[in-house]
Amino acid sequence: MAEETRQIDELTGTATTGHEWDGLRELNTPLPRWWLWTFYATIVFAIGYWVVYPTWPLVSKATQGAFGWHSRTAVESDLAALRAQRAPMMAKLSAASLAQIAANVELLDFARAEGRVAFADNCAPCHGSGGGGAKGYPNLNDDDWLWGGKLPQIEQTIRYGARSGNDKGHQGNMPPFAGVLKPAEISNVAEYVRSLSGLSVEKGADLAAGKKLFEGNCAVCHGANGKGNQELGSANLTDKIWLYGSSLQTIMNGIEHGHGGVMPAWEGRLSETTIKALTVYVWSFGGGVK
Amino acid sequence: MNASADNALTLEKPAQEAPALAHLAAQAEVKPPPPDDDIPLYAARREIYPQSTHGTFRRIKWAVLVITLGIYYLLPFVRWDRGPDAPTQAVLVDFPARRFYFFFIEIWPQEIYYLTGLLILAAIGLFLMNAIAGRVWCGYLCPQTVWTDLFFAVERLVEGDRREHMQRDARKWTAGTWARKGVKHFIWLMIAWWTGGAWVLYFADAPTLVKDLATFQAPLVAYAWIGILTFTTYTLAGHMREQVCLYMCPWPRIQAALTDEYALNVTYRYDRGEPRCSVKKAEQMRAKGEPAGDCVDCLQCVHVCPTGVDIRDGANLGCIQCGLCIDACDNIMKKLGRATGLIAYDTDINVQRRLEGEKPFFKIVRTRTVLYAAIIAIAGGVMLYTLATRASEGISVIHDRNPMYVQLSDGAVRNAYTIRIVNKQLKNRNFIISVDGLPSSLVDFVGLPPRADGRQLVDVGPDTTREVRVTVTDYSRTPPAPSTSIVFKLIDIDSGEVAKVRDHFFGPEKNK
Repeated sequence: MAEETRQIDELTGTATTGHEWDGLRELNTPLPRWWLWTFYATIVFAIGYWVVYPTWPLVSKATQGAFGWHSRTAVESDLAALRAQRAPMMAKLSAASLAQIAANVELLDFARAEGRVAFADNCAPCHGSGGGGAKGYPNLNDDDWLWGGKLPQIEQTIRYGARSGNDKGHQGNMPPFAGVLKPAEISNVAEYVRSLSGLSVEKGADLAAGKKLFEGNCAVCHGANGKGNQELGSANLTDKIWLYGSSLQTIMNGIEHGHGGVMPAWEGRLSETTIKALTVYVWSFGGGVK
Repeated sequence: MNASADNALTLEKPAQEAPALAHLAAQAEVKPPPPDDDIPLYAARREIYPQSTHGTFRRIKWAVLVITLGIYYLLPFVRWDRGPDAPTQAVLVDFPARRFYFFFIEIWPQEIYYLTGLLILAAIGLFLMNAIAGRVWCGYLCPQTVWTDLFFAVERLVEGDRREHMQRDARKWTAGTWARKGVKHFIWLMIAWWTGGAWVLYFADAPTLVKDLATFQAPLVAYAWIGILTFTTYTLAGHMREQVCLYMCPWPRIQAALTDEYALNVTYRYDRGEPRCSVKKAEQMRAKGEPAGDCVDCLQCVHVCPTGVDIRDGANLGCIQCGLCIDACDNIMKKLGRATGLIAYDTDINVQRRLEGEKPFFKIVRTRTVLYAAIIAIAGGVMLYTLATRASEGISVIHDRNPMYVQLSDGAVRNAYTIRIVNKQLKNRNFIISVDGLPSSLVDFVGLPPRADGRQLVDVGPDTTREVRVTVTDYSRTPPAPSTSIVFKLIDIDSGEVAKVRDHFFGPEKNK
């Protein structure tokens, strides 16, 4: 077949390869010789690559490159270089007091950058990625602080936590009043609490009885005027911010069963500098108290 | 030696019949097909020994070579005063600081769209050149052409012109041949090395880097790039030469698809040249009243060609249209006392018209040339306008994702934003930020101590950016709409220059 179909193409004068498809014949257009050498060069390069870098997978590990290069050690050395680059600012950060950090723009920016990472790693699961909080988990952006929003107070809370089991942590909690107060009394107290912050009250609610019960049972922690006490972590009941919600039923549930959300203690789990950076970061969400 | 026979790049017939079939490996002579086992899968390189020539186009090429290479090699050393703390190099790509300097222009990374504009100008400029006079880029301006031309000049200087060089290569190589080759390659490598050296100077302060390079204090990456570009220049200009144009470069293929019948090309005017015959024979033919062409088949046009093309076979992909064959042919025609221009910038239409006794015509102004010129004018105009009116300050805002808004204890609603302020001036500037669109609002920079007058000023250093966290609180006490459109205004307190950006202020959903 081949000898019949091999021929010279009339138009171009080029020999055909002898392949024919339904009358279409392929011109034999040779590649330049150097192209072949380039191909061989890539093979040589590949062999060199095998020698230099870890390449062939074996049973338990891959062949090791001749120069010991490894992607993991490369990452580690990059990280070490990064730590070395940050070292001067880290040293300044660990030497400065919280007040000094807050007053120094350069240190504040650096601490916030450090704090952002630590917050995302450790705090965001409960408090949200931007500290927005959730039901039972305080919003750290607002101006309402259970345990205080000044820098040392925030640091104290981060360091030792609340109801964390740490001896230095905040201990106070909202006790359950089930059994102490009757359901009707709980309802009256809840209505009175709602009225403290100007929320609507159901018709027929006995606010006077609620007030009396409040003064007898709640005022010891929440204060006679309901403004709370940061020493005890008791909530301010007169503002617009509700950690668990402001509906009558929610408040009644809280009175009946109590509350005692846990903030873990971070001392020992995070470095001193990280706690410092976190404190500044949380403080700078916008609600921090000067 | 029959040069047309060893020309593997040309067509059998004038290309106006089948330019699209111009086939790189077409053979000049029809031979019987080789036996099956003899089909060459790979074609050996055919050495090209271009002969020197002189004339108009050679002079143009020399001028272009001197100007373009002069710019390339010397531009990094040109200084430009931008004031203190700014680079003094006129053209500098500053990767560590992420800036590009071009005389009075300083480009930031986010202004990379100027590069898009330049690429549009370059592409359409290429198309316009092509529509007017074919492969002007390939023949005169392409770096491959310019450096190869320089390397050819070195080769002729050391190894002699075409004839001498070919003869010496064909003889048994003597020590002298080896010495000449050695000198040639040495000079080539020096040029290539200088080419790589000039390249890296665009990325750092040139005088400092030269000193560092000489004292081996420069970063390894500088030496690596010099090595890479030395290798590519030496290989591409010294060894690959026309192979780059024939096999590697996409432009000849694109060019062939873009061209039209009115584009001027280096054209052999076969209406005048055919039939080819010697001077003596032409006299005899003309005496008998038979036609005789002006082409004396001296092959000068082939010998000077840097890509080994026979232009008389018509336009083809191998021809870079450098015009050297025009010079070579004109020189012969002058010696013979005949009119020059047997090979010239012309079109096949005109050749045909002359054959039919009509006058040639040239049509530079066509739809496509007008269109290309218009696109260039528009793109260039837009670039100039944006460059002239671009702000020296900028503000970009990211609204906090979580929480979207914050309810404060007194019922006010606050939103927080991360704001980046850009100061493109080479001096320190103080800014204030205000918000339009909220009835009563307070803007607070977190952690920024107020000045004596109570204002919070953000000072941004020269030629840099600064990120600040800003809270905006709506104190109107009536709950704001779920989303309010607001405008941040960044005001330079000294010059009063204002930059604006639109964003949103979020509040609680109505049904909550």
